[in-house]
Amino acid sequence: MAGTAFTPSILSRPVYAGLVSRGATPAIMLAEGEGALALMALADHDPAVMGHAHIIHIPAGTGHGAALQALGPAMYHEGPTLPAVLPRLRKALGDAHMGTALYIAGTEGVIGQVTAEALAAGVAAGAISTEHHGGAARRMQCVHCKGITEDVVTDPFICSHCGLSLFVRDHFSRRLGAFQGVCVDAETPGQIPAMQEIRP
Amino acid sequence: MTLRFNDETFRGDYTYHNSAAAVRRFPFPFDQDSYMYSVNIEPHRPTRAGSVFEHRFDVDEHYVAEMQDRAITLADDPLRCQSLPHMELAGWDFLELVMVCKSEDYPDMFTLHRDGDRWHWINRPLGIDQRFTFMDTSTLPCGPLEYIGRQTQGDHALLDQREGNLWMDAGIVTSQADWSLDFNIGMNFFEWHAPVPKAHELGIFQRALKFLTNVQQGKPSRRLNWTMTVNPRLDTSPENYHKWGPEKRTITPENVGAKQYLRVELQSFYRLPRSNALVFPIRCYLISLEDLVTVPKWGRRFHRVLRDLPDELAEYKGFAVNRSMIVDYLARFDDGAETSAGIFPD
Amino acid sequence: MMLRVASVEPLSPLVTKFRFVHPDGAALPLFSGGAHVVVEMPDGEMIRRNAYSLVSDPMDGSGYEIAVRREDLGRGGSLYMHTRVAEGDLLGVGAPANLFGLDLRARKHVLVAGGIGITPFIAQIRQLTRLQLPFELHYCARSRSEAAGLALLPDLPQVHVHISDEGNRMDPAEVLSGQPLGTHAYTCGPEGLVAAMADAGARLGWPEAALHSETFLAPPPGKPFRVTLARSALTLTVGPDQSLLEALEAAGVDAPWLCRGGVCGQCETAVLSCHGRIEHHDHWLDDDEKAAQTKIMPCVSRFQGQDLILDR
Repeated sequence: MAGTAFTPSILSRPVYAGLVSRGATPAIMLAEGEGALALMALADHDPAVMGHAHIIHIPAGTGHGAALQALGPAMYHEGPTLPAVLPRLRKALGDAHMGTALYIAGTEGVIGQVTAEALAAGVAAGAISTEHHGGAARRMQCVHCKGITEDVVTDPFICSHCGLSLFVRDHFSRRLGAFQGVCVDAETPGQIPAMQEIRP
Repeated sequence: MTLRFNDETFRGDYTYHNSAAAVRRFPFPFDQDSYMYSVNIEPHRPTRAGSVFEHRFDVDEHYVAEMQDRAITLADDPLRCQSLPHMELAGWDFLELVMVCKSEDYPDMFTLHRDGDRWHWINRPLGIDQRFTFMDTSTLPCGPLEYIGRQTQGDHALLDQREGNLWMDAGIVTSQADWSLDFNIGMNFFEWHAPVPKAHELGIFQRALKFLTNVQQGKPSRRLNWTMTVNPRLDTSPENYHKWGPEKRTITPENVGAKQYLRVELQSFYRLPRSNALVFPIRCYLISLEDLVTVPKWGRRFHRVLRDLPDELAEYKGFAVNRSMIVDYLARFDDGAETSAGIFPD
Repeated sequence: MMLRVASVEPLSPLVTKFRFVHPDGAALPLFSGGAHVVVEMPDGEMIRRNAYSLVSDPMDGSGYEIAVRREDLGRGGSLYMHTRVAEGDLLGVGAPANLFGLDLRARKHVLVAGGIGITPFIAQIRQLTRLQLPFELHYCARSRSEAAGLALLPDLPQVHVHISDEGNRMDPAEVLSGQPLGTHAYTCGPEGLVAAMADAGARLGWPEAALHSETFLAPPPGKPFRVTLARSALTLTVGPDQSLLEALEAAGVDAPWLCRGGVCGQCETAVLSCHGRIEHHDHWLDDDEKAAQTKIMPCVSRFQGQDLILDR
């Protein structure tokens, strides 16, 4: 099984089908945390995929750096967080040509943001391969203040920008790379249901 | 001008009201005593003089007040009007469509002079006199979609057509039934309808998409949709849900007739010439229950529709919490008599 | 609408340009690059309807122009245009519809035409130029004398002409290589060219959504066949130079259509019973649907066998 199995949901909710090799074409690969394992499995299945690959790796506390470098990508970069590697990712996308494949593996928030960056740069959705690794935490946009709260693990949760209690919808925007959070006590201010852990 | 415009508000003191004539021409959406989703699309042809279907873009007694309410909403939240960069051409197509239709259908209110790309537009109800160069955005105070959207009742989505799908890539949306343009912009037809229950399994959206992608120039279509709103509020957006949400819980058996409104959307679909995009105007009409029941046929029929509606739909349309009070109120106007076919009053 | 033929201008031995204007001089609806119109040709008992790409300026409503290649082996529509239509004639012309539009999000547009497949791109180039969007066009023809498109193409550095007789064949891989991210490619021409572009694109890792194509489908002639229409309680014979859709229309049976070329899906018809083989020529049904023989596109598809019963 490639990555996390999610409960079937509505049509706007993304599906992460697992990394599938697009062959020996130029590639940008972004792996976060245990997502590194997906790149290793990809290279194991099709070693040719690494020949023109640019790996951007966010270890997030894991120790897969040496193993990824050993796959022999054309370029390898390690950065501490997604915001830290974003300028490099944008440069890579800006320099890329048609035929460049994009592989993204990691948590849902990272997949969502990197996909949004790629789509904005002109990458077609069909050139992006994704695989989910990590917890069920979600990246949520508050529909009211527009602020984005990262790593949301409960439903409802408190918007880190405006402080409203929001419930977690499955409705997802690829442009924003985020799910929608809506005020849970809008009709009955103060009546907030008990927080529950989000499950995949 | 023969039309008198109401001095009224859609927020705060809610002075919105329908004249007797406006009640008679209200687009009651039920042609039978029960409701289920269907692709109830028909040609958007001039139909029935005096009805909301008489003209392509209906202008009624609420025009000026609705445009004032839109201006307030846009000042609070400019993200209610957005256009992805490739949709500017569609914005010009839409501006042309509205200006041509309104100047032809309401020559007393709107005038359009065209000399090549040099255009002169006069909107008398709003006191606008604008000379501009067609296709040159720098000659208008804002983009073409926003410019004409601020002068046209209803929300307007511009849908790009590609890959056999429709993409909501631009819009001006300030009177929506609880969906966010800022969140949905860029989504395809199935994605932006994803939260609608049941209809996907019924294949409604596949059939609707097939129809819509084949809408031809000069052959617009329309359909009616409906929901329920407490108070005559246009801006029932998710953005402001925490502000208007508490009002939903103020319904009592005593005030339900005055405060509970049926909200009907007259949705139409036009193919645009230069961009090959579709424009999807969503015009909102509001009527209080106490005004609605002055048409006996509507009172009877609406009672039966809401009484028998599946719970899931009442939940989705957001009035489950008030449903029993609404049904009890309407029951007083349903004597069990048969109702005639069609949506119009007897 | 009925339009008057304002001019008939040969562009090459096989290709002729026709210009239509409104008899009263009224402006015609504008359109988008890649749009087609359906031209009605009264031919004896029947009305032929052929779809042609508009080659005039999409922003110019003073007239519509089409370029028609004479197909001597076709069913007669193009021959009719070439031999029986003259300046001053009135012909029925439908509203423009576009099934081969530009993806206006593209960072760059690469247009590849083979032969008469140049037609949709003529209007698209005008649109792209007006919108100041980056593009390049590759026009492939066998010989310079056959290259009718040369008379229609503007003299621009982005326009590349490939004449195979002059040893200047186009290399699809070279055209698609090194294009910036967000480029869309469009091919119109013979099936072989479309397949070669799709093949090169796949090898270079292009996503399918960035590769567009239109193979100009005219309803192919074939052997006559019989068809039964269950709802109308009719049995018809479809002639060798007639499409099933034309046979339906001749019998007064209503069937919706938009492209008449197997692309738009409007005329899709349920097959109630089929003893024989449907010759699917359309690009609408997928392979499974074609194999199941439960649907047919009457605009281009035909039948051979015992009996065919349709839900019409």
